[in-house]
Amino acid sequence: MDPAHYLPLLLGAAWLVPLVSFVVISVGYSLPQLTGKRASYGVSTLGGYVATGAIVLSTVLSLVALFGVWLPNHQLADAAHQGAELDAGEHAADEHEDATPRLEAVQDTEHAINPPPVYSGDWYELCNFGSLKLSIGYYIDTLTVVMFSMVSLIAACVHFYSMGYMHDELHDFTDPEVTLENGQKLHRAGRYHRFFQYLSLFSFSMLGVVVAGNMAMVFVFWELVGICSYFLIGFYIERQSACNAANKAFIVNRIGDFGMLIGMMALWSSLGTFAFGDTKDDQGNVVAQGIFSQLRTPENDYHLAPTASMIAEEERMRAGEPASAGGQWLLFIAGVGIFSGCVGKSAQFPLHVWLPDAMEGPTPVSALVHSATMVAAGVYLVGRFYPAFSPEVLLVIAYIGCLTLFIAATIAITAVDIKRVLAYSTVSQLGYMMVSLGLGGWVAGMFHLITHAFFKSLLFLCSGSVIHAVHTNDMTQMGGLRKKMPITAYTMLMGCLAIIGAGIPLTIFGFSGYYSKDAIIEHAWSFGSRNPSHFLLQWTPVVGAAITAFYMFRLWYMTFAGTPRDHHRYDHAHESPRAITVPLLVLAFFAICGGWTFPGTNLKVTNLLEQARPMGTLAASQGTLLPELVVPNEHESHDPKYKVPAGLAAFGTAAAGVLLATVIYLWRFLNPDELKQSFKPIYNFLWSKWWFDELYWLVLVRPTMALSGWIARFDLGVIDAILHGAAAICRAGSQVVDVLFDRTMVDGSVNTFARGTWDLGLWLRRLQTGSLRQYVMFIVVGTVLLFVTITFVQGYLT
Amino acid sequence: MFPLPLANLLTEPVGVAHYLTVGAIMFTCGVLCMATKRNALGVLMGIELVLNGANVNFIAFGSPYLRNDANSLGLDGQLIAMFVIVLAAAEAAIALAIVLNFYNNYDSVDVDRADQLKG
Repeated sequence: MDPAHYLPLLLGAAWLVPLVSFVVISVGYSLPQLTGKRASYGVSTLGGYVATGAIVLSTVLSLVALFGVWLPNHQLADAAHQGAELDAGEHAADEHEDATPRLEAVQDTEHAINPPPVYSGDWYELCNFGSLKLSIGYYIDTLTVVMFSMVSLIAACVHFYSMGYMHDELHDFTDPEVTLENGQKLHRAGRYHRFFQYLSLFSFSMLGVVVAGNMAMVFVFWELVGICSYFLIGFYIERQSACNAANKAFIVNRIGDFGMLIGMMALWSSLGTFAFGDTKDDQGNVVAQGIFSQLRTPENDYHLAPTASMIAEEERMRAGEPASAGGQWLLFIAGVGIFSGCVGKSAQFPLHVWLPDAMEGPTPVSALVHSATMVAAGVYLVGRFYPAFSPEVLLVIAYIGCLTLFIAATIAITAVDIKRVLAYSTVSQLGYMMVSLGLGGWVAGMFHLITHAFFKSLLFLCSGSVIHAVHTNDMTQMGGLRKKMPITAYTMLMGCLAIIGAGIPLTIFGFSGYYSKDAIIEHAWSFGSRNPSHFLLQWTPVVGAAITAFYMFRLWYMTFAGTPRDHHRYDHAHESPRAITVPLLVLAFFAICGGWTFPGTNLKVTNLLEQARPMGTLAASQGTLLPELVVPNEHESHDPKYKVPAGLAAFGTAAAGVLLATVIYLWRFLNPDELKQSFKPIYNFLWSKWWFDELYWLVLVRPTMALSGWIARFDLGVIDAILHGAAAICRAGSQVVDVLFDRTMVDGSVNTFARGTWDLGLWLRRLQTGSLRQYVMFIVVGTVLLFVTITFVQGYLT
Repeated sequence: MFPLPLANLLTEPVGVAHYLTVGAIMFTCGVLCMATKRNALGVLMGIELVLNGANVNFIAFGSPYLRNDANSLGLDGQLIAMFVIVLAAAEAAIALAIVLNFYNNYDSVDVDRADQLKG
């Protein structure tokens, strides 16, 4: 099978099927409801089946694309083997200490590397404005195919889970958290179908981001993902908190997207294209170069270098002054701009504030939107756009990720809302991915993205199962639930072990997180040894591992271990139905063995990702604006001199975190309440989430609101007054016209004509005497008159 | 001066003009009858006369003896006359029905009393 033909077909179908489901549910359920009719077939489970069927079909198509088309056509290289070869190359370069980075690059290209297999093209061209071409295109490499499989698989699990979880919405629903003015609880129609409608649209948008072949298309689907998260977070729109959270998520994302637009403009104005890959004609000749091949040319050994057009553009922007760093600043602006979009979407510091609030949505939404896919879109874009990030941008990414990872992890320590702990842990794990990408660990970062997606959606779905059973999010009212709901408890334990990276150090046995997190920490170690001044980037991931282990096990102990704290809730708890537990088991399977090698082959996620590594990004690169900065070759991190201490440090810190949590929350050698008292200032600081919300409220929201108030008053007082005055003048003028012209002339002429017709009719009525003989006389007289007239007229004419 | 059209009718052989004259006389009689009779049945008879006067004209125009048209089938006038007769029969049936009804209601067939359709 020809992959160039079948891959766009399969993935395109997998991408569009959820859209079909969205349309079907909209037409079938939402439109009748909008027009005021309660659809005669009512709120039924059918919508759920449609959406779930669609996403399962997508999953099947994606898996066919991966296992049926991609793998048979592209031999997987063994990363370790390739790594060893490259290490040899690196060492050869290291021997010449004064060798320029350029020499290293020559070494790399000798040992490597065929370009990664990529299929890019356009499905449909939207429009062509001069040189601006907008199209619906695809850019398919191993990363795309793997992401397709991951996203659709998790989305399918979440859909299936939702069919059990959302059954309250099947009939009329009384919302216990909304009190109306008359003191009653809000009673409304169920919204089961609407939930699935949004889930379908969301899956479609996310798959669109993944498959997109150019930045413009990414941006479109990026915003679609944003609006879907807005819909889903605000699913219980009547609750004030959900309403605020939805707005917050949407507005905070807009801030990031503004930067993204700037980055896109910088790229387009200097490179003249949005496309990632090259555009080819039917014979396979390159017609137009994409972003990546313009920035990394074969003549330059695939090293990142600003193009001539970029340098010219920067000189133009500096008003003729020559670009000192050869277009590097423009590249920096473009990179940071694109990254700021990812900051918003992936909830990185300083835009991380929306994600914990987004827990107002139903729990399956949290699992889908806020752990596995939507926030993954940001990381995915950083990974996709990686070839265009200069070392300076990568440093920015690394520091942002590093800050995020630490801040979020510390906040998670004190949170008591089970979903908020998970939300902050998501933010923290996204920080890990960003750190890894920023340090040059492309495969490690993307690998963590995929393993994290599995275990985090597992954790969220488990927490949903718990909430479903005890009807509260508050962990201080749980405890001992292990006995009541064993499947949930032990699948969640698997998730916790995966997220802390449990495994036997220095071997290849462990949970999925063990592989990805250790890879990140090893790479951080390798980076730290090359750049001693950036030691924070080396140590924060290690410290973060300890904190992660602590808060995850705190969560598990508080929820499932010990004795029940609220007996009423404990007595009502029960294991969830099969629709909920089956997805948990499926996801737990992937959380455990997501990093393993498929027996008998060299098929594993890292090898797949290694195949997708963008051309030229493996080689070590050096900053131009910051000449001391060296982003190391990722394969160096497999060197035992980094791998051993990093692996031991990761294991040691994680074990220490688990031990501390066990001491405090299981064995109770230390009383958490006393600890709270003795560390009160720190506790308060963390409890109020580093006062980020208060800070933003004071610095951004209050001034904005005040300004808006002023502008609103100006609007009401001045602009409206002008408008009302103009309206009054118009009205008076038209009244004059009405009296003078309309009523006399127009109405007068029409009325006169009507009266004339009426009078004529009245007069003619007299002819109708009803007497038959008179009528005959009229006929005779008329005929005679006609004859006489004709005769005279004829005589006159001739 | 206008020539007198009827002066040489009596001296000429029988032709279309003679038939037309008879038709015109029948038509005039019929119209006079319709205009003067108060009895509804008399009015109906007048109508018959008018129609048959017209029929005579059609027959005259359609007759192959009176017309020097060798190629004509010569049945068109007769066909129209047949139509007129059929229509007259139908019309008479309806008119008689109306008259009978009128008689039932008013005990009279005086058309001057039937003036309910006046405007």
